[in-house]
Amino acid sequence: MRNVLLFIRRYHTFFLFLLLQIVSWWFLASFNRFHQARFLTTAQEITGSINRRYDRVEDFFQLRAENQRVHQLNDSLLNLLPANDLVIDTQQFFRQEGAADSTKRLRRYMYRSATVIYNSIQEDKNYFQLDRGSNHGIRENMAVLNADGSAVGVIVLVSPNFSQGMSLLHVQQRVNATLKKTGEFGTLEWDGAHPDRLLLKGIPKGVFLKIGDTVLTSSYSFNFPPGKLLGRVSSLSTDKSTNFHIIEVQPAANFRNLQQVFVVENLQMDEQVNLNRDARKRIEDPKNRRP
Amino acid sequence: MSRFFRYLFRGLVLVSVQVYLLNKVPHLHRLVVPSLYFVYVLWLPFSLSRPALLLIAFLLGITVDYFTLTPGLHAAACVLIAYVRPYLITLLMPRDTQDFQYPEPSVRAMQWAPYALYLLVLTFLHHFYLTFLQWLSVGSFWSFLGKTFLGTLISLLLIFTVDLLFPRQQSYRTNTA
Repeated sequence: MRNVLLFIRRYHTFFLFLLLQIVSWWFLASFNRFHQARFLTTAQEITGSINRRYDRVEDFFQLRAENQRVHQLNDSLLNLLPANDLVIDTQQFFRQEGAADSTKRLRRYMYRSATVIYNSIQEDKNYFQLDRGSNHGIRENMAVLNADGSAVGVIVLVSPNFSQGMSLLHVQQRVNATLKKTGEFGTLEWDGAHPDRLLLKGIPKGVFLKIGDTVLTSSYSFNFPPGKLLGRVSSLSTDKSTNFHIIEVQPAANFRNLQQVFVVENLQMDEQVNLNRDARKRIEDPKNRRP
Repeated sequence: MSRFFRYLFRGLVLVSVQVYLLNKVPHLHRLVVPSLYFVYVLWLPFSLSRPALLLIAFLLGITVDYFTLTPGLHAAACVLIAYVRPYLITLLMPRDTQDFQYPEPSVRAMQWAPYALYLLVLTFLHHFYLTFLQWLSVGSFWSFLGKTFLGTLISLLLIFTVDLLFPRQQSYRTNTA
């Protein structure tokens, strides 16, 4: 025993080195897998407050672009006013509200505004930080839309006053997408190569496509509201070895100057997720398997 | 005590330059990732003990990590170069700690050639380990090689520029003082 202690004392620098390396790997591994970093919520409160100060200065230089986006959104909202129409198109109206009963309206999506206080596009795994947290009703897995309504990412971690989102420019991000023209759905991913090129996978060769076609969020997504702009097809080729198109999509949101965003809550998300889980459990659990 | 505050100040400046300047400006190319903060480890005084060096490097790395939201990544790389640093210094300047006439590594303390080699080896090691850890989770082999070599080049360029623009005031240590 004494020899062991002597050994450790003799090489204590090396053991400290190993210990610190293991701690770092542990931090890294647990963050990559679960997005639950050790001590991150505490650290986020500190870095968040510094980021907020910095962002106040940085925002100033992007006011013009931001104004344009807000103006465009206001413009599109003005067009939606019921006063514009003589006869209200009830079918479309209620489809957006998600109501089955025409006498009772059921709210499905709740929008909260937030400001981006940290954002990166240079890494393979890009995150952004918002100045709203669990105190303001933000929870994990909520979708984030840009000021003009285009998709930006998903919230992955929440602390009391700040929250952190995984941007579309993240190699682990998968978003259910659909083609506006034909309605085929696929998955929007990113390979980490270029911030202006997302990949749309799972669209079969039979689908007729053109460059410039719009890609929207799908109605199958649990967190994104359907029909929000994801991007436009920027290049198109066919993979000879598989039955799918290779589609590159230019994202609609400009990740270089994110500023004001909306955090969207699907009020029925828990119900949908639970139903999905229970259904899988009932069918796939060997105990419940029918003969 | 003033020395403690000087190093604290230097650390704060380097971290904020890294987080709010180098990580924010559009990169020349996606493989050219400029990084400067780790020069703090290279410029720590000769007189620090090895465990202290490791702990300071870990703290520096984890601070940058919490800003860039990659916990553990920079910390691991910083701890590695802090571990290698004393061996490299002994190799390049074979003499006792007491014999150093300047408090920390610099051109004047080490001469041009050993100092440049010292920077090159540790910068390369830092980038190699950092991109290696990133490569483990995602990316191709070529982007790993490109990021390592181009990152080392741009970082060396930055370090030499900073070294020439902001000369660190160092008093010559003599026995008579």
